[in-house]
Amino acid sequence: MSAPVNGYGQTPAPNGGASAPRQTGPVQTYTTTYPAVGYYGAPPQQRNNPTIPSHCMGMSSKAPVTNSGHHVNNYYQNHYHVAPTSSAPPPQRHAAAVPSSAPPPSAHYAQFQQQHPPYATPRAYYGQMAYHASPAQSQQQQPTLLPAPPSGPGAPLYPIISYPSAPGTSQYGTLVSNQTATTPRTIQYSNLQPGSTTTAAMHPGYNVAPSTQMASAVNGQGSTTHQHYDHQASYGGTANGERPPSGTPTTSVHSSPSHHQAGTQFGYVANSGTISASGPTAAPSSSSSEDDEDDDEEEEDEEAGGDTSSSTTGSASPAPNSYDSLEEDSMPPSANMTNQASPYGSYGYPTMQPAYGGGPTPLTDTQASRDLLGPSGYQQYPQPFPSLSQLSAALGGLSGVPELEVEALRPVNLLQERNLLPSKPLQAPEPNLSSELKKVNCSPQTFRCTLTSIPQTQALLNKARLPLGLLLHPFRDLEQLPVITSNTIVRCRYCRTYINPFVTFLDQRRWKCNLCYRVNDVPDEFMYNPVTRSYGEPHKRPEVQNATVEFIASSDYMLRPPQPAVYLFMLDVSHNAVESGYLKYFCESLMENLDKLPGDSRTKVGFLTFDSKVHFYNLQEGLSQPQMLVVTDIDDVFIPSHDSLMVSWKESKELIKDLLTSLPAMFTQSRETHSALGPALQAAFKLMSPTGGRVSVFQTQLPTLGAGLLQSREDPSQRASAKAVQHLGPATDFYKKFALDCSGQQIGVDLFLLSSQYADLASLACVSKYSAGSIFYYPSFHHIHNPAQLEKFQKDLERYLSRKMGFEAVMRIRCTKGLSIHTFHGNFFVRSTDLLSLANVNPDSAFAVQMSIDDSLVDSSLACFQAALLYTSSKGKRRIRVHTLCLPVVNQLSDVYAGADVQAITCLLANMAIDRSVSSSLSDARDALMNAAVDFVSAYKSNVSNLQHSGLVVPAAMRLLPLYILSLLKQRAFRTGMSTRLDERVFAMCEFKTQPLQQLMRMVHPDLYRLDNVSDQGTLHLNDRLVPQPPLLHLSAERLSRDGAFLMDCGSVFYLWVGKCCNEMFIRDVLEYPNYASIPTNMSCIPELKTLLSERVRAFLDWLQDNRAFSCILHVIKDDTSANATFFQHLVEDRPESGSSYCEFLQYIQQQVS
Amino acid sequence: MDAAVCILSLIDCCALIFLAVYFIITLSDLECDYINARACCSKLNKWVIPEMVCQCLSTVLMLVSTHWFIFLLNLPVAAWDIYRYVMVPVGNMGVFDPTEIHNRGQLKSHMKEAMIKLGYHLLCFFIYLYSMILALIND
Repeated sequence: MSAPVNGYGQTPAPNGGASAPRQTGPVQTYTTTYPAVGYYGAPPQQRNNPTIPSHCMGMSSKAPVTNSGHHVNNYYQNHYHVAPTSSAPPPQRHAAAVPSSAPPPSAHYAQFQQQHPPYATPRAYYGQMAYHASPAQSQQQQPTLLPAPPSGPGAPLYPIISYPSAPGTSQYGTLVSNQTATTPRTIQYSNLQPGSTTTAAMHPGYNVAPSTQMASAVNGQGSTTHQHYDHQASYGGTANGERPPSGTPTTSVHSSPSHHQAGTQFGYVANSGTISASGPTAAPSSSSSEDDEDDDEEEEDEEAGGDTSSSTTGSASPAPNSYDSLEEDSMPPSANMTNQASPYGSYGYPTMQPAYGGGPTPLTDTQASRDLLGPSGYQQYPQPFPSLSQLSAALGGLSGVPELEVEALRPVNLLQERNLLPSKPLQAPEPNLSSELKKVNCSPQTFRCTLTSIPQTQALLNKARLPLGLLLHPFRDLEQLPVITSNTIVRCRYCRTYINPFVTFLDQRRWKCNLCYRVNDVPDEFMYNPVTRSYGEPHKRPEVQNATVEFIASSDYMLRPPQPAVYLFMLDVSHNAVESGYLKYFCESLMENLDKLPGDSRTKVGFLTFDSKVHFYNLQEGLSQPQMLVVTDIDDVFIPSHDSLMVSWKESKELIKDLLTSLPAMFTQSRETHSALGPALQAAFKLMSPTGGRVSVFQTQLPTLGAGLLQSREDPSQRASAKAVQHLGPATDFYKKFALDCSGQQIGVDLFLLSSQYADLASLACVSKYSAGSIFYYPSFHHIHNPAQLEKFQKDLERYLSRKMGFEAVMRIRCTKGLSIHTFHGNFFVRSTDLLSLANVNPDSAFAVQMSIDDSLVDSSLACFQAALLYTSSKGKRRIRVHTLCLPVVNQLSDVYAGADVQAITCLLANMAIDRSVSSSLSDARDALMNAAVDFVSAYKSNVSNLQHSGLVVPAAMRLLPLYILSLLKQRAFRTGMSTRLDERVFAMCEFKTQPLQQLMRMVHPDLYRLDNVSDQGTLHLNDRLVPQPPLLHLSAERLSRDGAFLMDCGSVFYLWVGKCCNEMFIRDVLEYPNYASIPTNMSCIPELKTLLSERVRAFLDWLQDNRAFSCILHVIKDDTSANATFFQHLVEDRPESGSSYCEFLQYIQQQVS
Repeated sequence: MDAAVCILSLIDCCALIFLAVYFIITLSDLECDYINARACCSKLNKWVIPEMVCQCLSTVLMLVSTHWFIFLLNLPVAAWDIYRYVMVPVGNMGVFDPTEIHNRGQLKSHMKEAMIKLGYHLLCFFIYLYSMILALIND
C-alpha cells in the first residue's frame, strides 16, 4: 500500500481512514460473518456466545478464519474499525507495525511495551458492556421518572456481582500470553491481573457512592471511570453466560430510575454550580472512591483533565471559572433539563427524530427555527410540557432570536454613528438555530465560522462578498470535556463522520449521518447508555449530547504503539548567544518546570548545543556527571551514541539537573561566532526519528555554517519604505524540506528566536510552520538591556514547558456534502485534501480554513462541520477529540449578513492577506484588504439596503468591519511607511496564522478601558471574586484624558497609560506612589494594596489574564515619556505619521463605492 | 531530412503525451488520497525539466526545419513551461510544492493544465503524423 511506501508509514492512522471504496470490503465481510448484528455488532456477538466460556477462545476459533486476510490489509489501509475483538489482534498488529516502521533499536521497543500496556487494558475494559444491568425497560419507566434519593432501589445492583473472578482473569491472562508467546508482551498482559484485582478490591469503596457518584460521572472524566467499572465487571458476567446469543438483553433488573434521573441532570449542569440536593453528597463520595483507584485509572483521570482539571475526579464539585459561569448563566435550572428530557422516552421513535435528545421544540418556536429542523416532522407530535417552569424557560431561551436578527440587520451609517463599540468585548454571534441545537452546539471559542448562516449557493456567497471559512482552536484547554471509553466508536460507514448531536435517528436501530445524509446502523453497544445506565436510548449517549467529546481510541487508531513524550532542547551557544544571556534563564526555567513537563514514566529528554560544532550530552543513568560529546564534522553529522543521548526523565533526573546548572557557565569563554543550525537540526532529526516528539530550538543569530546557511537579506534603509517589501518568503527550501521530513517522523520543531539582528525568520520559520510547531520571537533580546523581553521570555517558557501536549496527531475537517475546503491556514502539513498532519499539537495554536460551496445546499437546512483531532497524549494514550458545529443554511442575502461574524471575517481576511503578501506583494495584500471592505459595502448597498442613504451604510452586525480592516492595515504585518524590521513583520504574520481568534482580535484591535474611576457598575461575580467591568473605549486619543489612567489590552501585553494630571488617589491607591512625578518610567507591576481601587483594578487585570494562555506583561507608561509612542501607535483610529485616520478611511471607502 | 525531423518530433510528442498522462494520473491519485502530497510532488517535480526540454526540443526542431506554423503553435507552450519553471519562488520545492498544492485550488489548476497539455499534444501528434506521411510521400 501507498502509506508505508511513501515514507509516512510510521505516521499514526489518519483519523479519516481510507476512502469509501476501500471501506466496503471489510464491512461486507463482517455482515456476512455476523448477519445478526451487522458490522459493528461483531464484538458483542462473539462474546455473547454462551458455548464458549472465554471470548478469547471465541476469537481464536472464529475470527482469524474470516478476518486474518483482511487484517493486515486493513492495517495498511488505515482502517480503524477492524473489528476482531478480544486480545488477539493487538499482538498481530504490533508485530506488523514493527517492520513497517523505521528500524528502531529493539531494546527500546521492548521497554516501551513493558512499561505501557497499551492494548491489553483498554480491551479489558471493554469486555462486554454491562448489558445485564441495563434492560430495555427504560421506556416504561421513563414517564414516571422522578428525582429519587441517592439510595435508589437499583443501588445494590450497581456493583455487579461478577467482578473479575480469579478464574476469569487468569484465564484471560494465560490465553493472551499463549497467543503472544513469541513477543515480549507477555509481561504486559500479566500486568492486567494485579490491575483488575485492585479494582475488585476497591469496589466496595465505589459502592459507597451510589447514584450520586454516577451523577458526577457525566460531564467529566468520571464517565470514563464509570465505564471502566462496567467493563471490568463484564468478564465474570460473560463467563456466566447470562446473555443469550441474540444480543438483546433479557435481564430485567434495571439499575434504578434514580440513576437515570440523576445522570441526565448532572449531564448538563454538573459544573454549572446549580447542583441540586444530591450534589454535596456526591462530592465527598466520589472523591473518596476515586482516591482508591489503581494507578492506571488515576493517571488517566489526571490526564483527561490535564490542565483542565475540573473535569476530572471532582466534577461533582463545581469549579466554574469565568467562561463557565458566563456561559451557564443562561442555562435553565437542572429540573427543567430533566423534565425536558423525560417526554422523549414515551415516543417509541416515531419516524424521524433529531438526535439531540434535549427535548421537544417549544410550542412557541418561531417559523424560522421550525424550518431549521427541516424534515424532522417534529411538530406533529403533541409535546406535553411537564411543567410551567419549563415552558417559561423555553420561552426565555428563544425570545432573543428574532430581536437579535433585527438588531444585526439594523442599518448603521458609519459616517454618522461614532460609538460603534459595544460596552463589553464583542461576543461571537449566535447562530439562528432552535434552542436545543444552540444548547449543544460547539463553543465559539473552539469552532467559529465567518458566516453563522451559511449561504445556500456559491452564487449567494459571491453576492455577499464575504469570505466563508472556519476558525478552529481544536486543542484548547477545556474546563469540561466528556471523555468516552467505548468499544466501538460510532462513525458513519461512508464518510467516517463521528456520531454527533446533529445526526438524526430514524428509528432505534438506524441513524442518518448529518454530513453525507446516508443511513447507518446503530451498533448494539451504542444502545446502552453508560450515563443513565439504561438500554435503548442511543440519543442520550454522551456522544449525542455534546458537540465536543473525546474518545479513547483503540488500537485500530494506531499505526504503531503510542509514542512516549520525547523532548529535545537545542541550544545555541555561540558567542552571540552567550552575550544575550538567555541560557541561564532557560536553564533556570527548565529546572523549575522539569516536573511539569507533560509525560509519564517513558518520557525522555535530551540536550544538544551547537555553535560551529554540535555538542551532544551523554546523560545515561549511572554516570557521575554529564558527558559532552562533540561532533565537528558538520557536513556529515552523525550521532555519537545511540541510546544514551535521549534519556529517561525520571532515571536521569540528577544528571539533567547537573547539566542545567553547569550549562550556562560552560560556554562563557566561547569566542565562536558561527552558528551551524542546519547540521544541528539534522542531528536532532537523527536523534528523534525513531520515536518522534518535540524539538525546541533556541537560536540567536543567522545560521552561517553548513547546510541551511542563510545570508542577510534585509536592507535596513528600506524598513520604512512604502514600496514593495521583499523577502517575505523563505530564501531556501532546506528548512521546508527538513520540516516535512520531521512531520513524516512525527517530530515537531518549536523555534525560539532571540536575536538582536536580522536572523531571517522568513526562512527559519518554515521549520516550525510545516512541522506544526510554534514560533516565539524576542527582538533585541538581552538579559540586562531589555528586561521586558526577558520577562516575556520567562513567562512564555513557563507556559511552554508546562502546557499540555499531543503527539503524532492528525486532524481531519469534514463538512456537509456540498461544501469543500480549499485553503488552509496555520502551522501544519496538509497531507491530503482534508487531512492535516500535526506532529505536535499544543493548546495554544489555532487553525483556519477557507471553504467554497460546490453544490447547492438547497436540500439541507443545516450545515455541519466536524473537526476530529486524533492524537497521542503525553501519557501514551491515543485519543480523539471531536468538535461538531452546526449552522443554519439560508437563502436570503440579508440573513447571511445578519449572521456574519465580523471578528472571524477579519481574522480570515488577515490570513488571506498574508498569503497574498508572500505570493504576490505586500501592497497587493493591502489593496485586497481595502477592497474587501469596499466590496462588502457596495454589495450591501446594491443588494440589501433599500433605503437611499447618502452615507456609508452597513448592517449593524458588520459595523466594525471597516474599523477592523483599518486596524489590520496598521499592524506590523501589513503596515507601510513606518519603520518595521523584516523579522518583526514576518513574526507578526506567523502570529496571525496561529493565534486563536480572541487573542488575535486583541492584537489587531486592542481593548481600551479607563481605570481610574472603575465603579461597581455591571460587576461580574465569579466564584467569590468581584470583577468590575469598565466599558470599552474607542482607540482614539480623543477618548483619553490627561486626568485619567487607561488600560490597553494588546493580547500579549498590557499598557497602563497614566495621564499627566491623573488624580493622585489612583496613583497612591493603585501604584503606591505619592504623585505623578515619582512614578518610575519602567514600572511593570501593580503592587498588591489593600485599597478598594487597587483590589478592583487587580481583580480586573487578573480576570483579563485568566482569559489567555500566556501571561501578559504590564507596562506603566507615563504621559510624557518616550514610551508614549508605543502606546499611541495602537490608537488605530487616529492618523499616524503616514496612513489614514478612521474618518479618512471611511471617506475612501465611500468614494470607492459611489 | 524532413521525414527524419518529423519522426523525431513524433517520438518527442509521444513522450510528452505519456508525461501529460502521468501528471494527470499522479495528480488524481493525490486528489483521491491514494498518495500523500510529499510523494506526489517529488514524483512530479522530477519530470518538470524533462517536459520542458522535450517541449523546447520540438519547438527548435520545427524552427530549424522551417515549419513556421507548427513552430508558432509550439512556442507559447514552451514559453509557458520555461516561465513556470523560472518563476518558482526560491523557498519552494519546485513547480509542485507539497505545502502549497492543497491551498488556493492549486491542485485543480495543475490538473487543468495537465489536461489542456494532453489535448494539445494529441493535436500535435496528429499534425506530426500527417507531416511525416507527407514528407515520406514527397521523398
